[in-house]
Amino acid sequence: MFAYYLDLARRSFRRNLALTVLMVVAIAFGVGASMTTLTVLHVLAADPIPGKSHQLYRVQLEPRKANGARPGDEPPDQVGYDDGEGLLRAARAERQAWMTGGGTTIQPDRADLKPFVITGRWTSADFFAMFDAPFAAGGAWTAADDAGHARVAVITRTLAEKVFGTTDAVGKSLRVGGAPLRITGVLERWSPQPHFYDLDAGTYGVKEEILVPMTTALELKYSHQGGTNCWGPSPDGNSQAPGAPCVWSQFWVELGSPAKADAYREFLVKYSLEQKAAGRFQRDPAVRLRDVTDWLVYRQVVPSDAKLQTWIALGFLLVCLINTVGLLLTKFLRRSGEIGVRRALGASKRSIFFQLLVEAGTIGVAGGALGLGLAWAGLWAVRHQPTSYAELAQLDLPMLAATFALAVFASLLAGLLPAWRGCQVTPAIQLKSH
Amino acid sequence: MHFLPILASLRRHRTAAALIIIEIALTCAIVCNAVFLISDRLRRMDTTTGLVEDELIRISVTGISEEAPNASAVTLQDLAALRGIPGVKSVASTNMVPLYNSSWNTSVSTVVEDPRPPIESAGIFMGSPDLLETWGMTVVAGRDFTPDEYVDFEAARAQKAHIGSVILTRGAAARLFPGKDPIGQKVYSEKDAQTVVGVIDRIMRPGGLRGTDEDSYSIITPVNIPYTAGTYIVRTDPSRRAEVMAAADAVLLKIDPSRLIDERETFTEMRKDYFKQDRAMAWLLGGVCAALLIVTALGIIGLASFWVQQRTRQIGVRRALGATRGDILRYFQTENFILATLGIVLGMALAYAINLGLMGKYHVGRLPVEYLPIGAVLLWGLGQIAVLGPAMRAASIPPAIATRTV
Repeated sequence: MFAYYLDLARRSFRRNLALTVLMVVAIAFGVGASMTTLTVLHVLAADPIPGKSHQLYRVQLEPRKANGARPGDEPPDQVGYDDGEGLLRAARAERQAWMTGGGTTIQPDRADLKPFVITGRWTSADFFAMFDAPFAAGGAWTAADDAGHARVAVITRTLAEKVFGTTDAVGKSLRVGGAPLRITGVLERWSPQPHFYDLDAGTYGVKEEILVPMTTALELKYSHQGGTNCWGPSPDGNSQAPGAPCVWSQFWVELGSPAKADAYREFLVKYSLEQKAAGRFQRDPAVRLRDVTDWLVYRQVVPSDAKLQTWIALGFLLVCLINTVGLLLTKFLRRSGEIGVRRALGASKRSIFFQLLVEAGTIGVAGGALGLGLAWAGLWAVRHQPTSYAELAQLDLPMLAATFALAVFASLLAGLLPAWRGCQVTPAIQLKSH
Repeated sequence: MHFLPILASLRRHRTAAALIIIEIALTCAIVCNAVFLISDRLRRMDTTTGLVEDELIRISVTGISEEAPNASAVTLQDLAALRGIPGVKSVASTNMVPLYNSSWNTSVSTVVEDPRPPIESAGIFMGSPDLLETWGMTVVAGRDFTPDEYVDFEAARAQKAHIGSVILTRGAAARLFPGKDPIGQKVYSEKDAQTVVGVIDRIMRPGGLRGTDEDSYSIITPVNIPYTAGTYIVRTDPSRRAEVMAAADAVLLKIDPSRLIDERETFTEMRKDYFKQDRAMAWLLGGVCAALLIVTALGIIGLASFWVQQRTRQIGVRRALGATRGDILRYFQTENFILATLGIVLGMALAYAINLGLMGKYHVGRLPVEYLPIGAVLLWGLGQIAVLGPAMRAASIPPAIATRTV
């Protein structure tokens, strides 16, 4: 029966070719636009570290002075030197990383390559294991290196290939910001999107080429990039110095279970109370421990432009669908005569309904195929847009399947009302009128 | 005209008519909002910086080594050398520039250590002598800084020197001293006190635009910014910018070759770059509007063609009974006008509903009333153009068709 209905649909399409093309194109446009924006939204809202997004927590404390406090104040997003160093030394989580973004210069030991500026991350030893950073060669530096301000660095494959012409750079020396550092490891290409662990350094498309121990970077005065917030003058004007009333760095911990998270939260409250007793903190403890998922929600990572675009595209799809409903309805009703004859010859309402739905579904499949092409073209256009997330806009398999499902579902939905109205045709009247 | 027969005939095609009305309504609502969003983006892109943008170049220099003990001295040499390049009118160093994302901010109050400062966040520009001249600004009240007011950046940072005077933007002055003369008044960032010596009209703050009064709050302080903490601004003849940029590299590297020219661009390029996302969004919204209008027009054409086909015999009879071609044409045009009008009325209400939704969720303003007639005229026009083809085909149906079976 299905094959017969398909054949009937084909004949009907040929009779009104222009109209059929119109309906297919309308569905394709709607589906194409919706899938383009939904794909963008999908990649923007993607989990940057699947499997660990509920085990990694961002630490927030309240070190600000009491003057200017308002009820309900959120503690700052970042921490300063004293708390970063203090929490790292306390080592009360399974793993912990203290970090900041930064910039420095590379002086290659080659005549054909001029010195150049790069961005990097100054952090501590656990960083690599915590954030699943994949090594192509070598490995992380150690906690002892952190404590000893060791002249070490981990670089990316891109930088290794640029400077040394090979990824086999472990043990080699590289002049970074004027000082020679020994390379302990080379990372595979790796850039979590969004750049969740430091959103102040950029949200999407952040490329960090070199990682250096925080202690080393501070000693060598590598420059700091990202936000700094101070509530008083710093000693010698250095906001990264011990004792500076500023926040400028991020602190992350890894905690394997909710119970451990609760215990760590208690530790943070205790720590805050100790700091208050010692006169360093002025306000009552306000600690936050947000996992990666909550952190991205809290920081409203997905750009509102992308959400707005999705709403507009869905509105567009709705218009395309209503358009299709209207056209299918007129088309089916115009075939009342044909339907009347089929009914008189014994076809049940049900089979007429099914036949018309097959016709609508076929339009959906065709619209979906074309819509897929349009979505692909749309994403190509997005990739050539000057947004920071442009290169992320790729159609993956689930979105591909979703596109097709959306098109067929949408056209079946659009066919429902016309098909139902079509099968209500009373055979007698139709036969009489001819 | 023939309103009643048209309404009667539409009533027989209630569902199809309702669908086309809804389609027109949705299109009208979305297009009204999209056009509003586009105009909002265009207005943002039109934001003036207060600078003579077409005469300016930004040059950012960085040391290869992090140690730069004589940065202040080198900066003075750099500025003098840049000033010597033919075509250069004026140069200055500054901690930050409009149309760029790195920003320095501070709270400003009229009392010391104010827990609720009237300005929670103002842009704080620090610049060397000639900064106002380089930007092409003049003070609208008071005076520019005198040479003895400039302090060294490192000294100020380490609190070994005190910044004594400040110039406010008109917006900041009005916020801090409403109805009063700001000149000679004291302003405070936390404990730090400065005397207001002048007022400039406005300067765009770096970082993102907030779309509120905060955008107009900036202060300028007299600080000799070294190249390690800021950037050079060069004012030239607009036509000689490329030439000056090319010459600047050699001049700067000659003074201290252990440095890199990190960034070097004209303010025209910076403006383009700064607003790229707004431009992209405006194009995208424009594209969606065009696609929507096309789909709606095709829907109207499709439906009208069907109705014309369906009523071929009826049209033939009317023609045979004396209706002119014009009558038939006008019949379909009027029918479309009625459908469009109903759609537009519904669309206006919907446009407001969508706008309210967007206002709640995103930073979108209230839809101004003047956008509604734009949407209405657009859809009336669209409907009439779309229906013209089918209506002309209907008008060309010969009266003789009435005598045949179709």
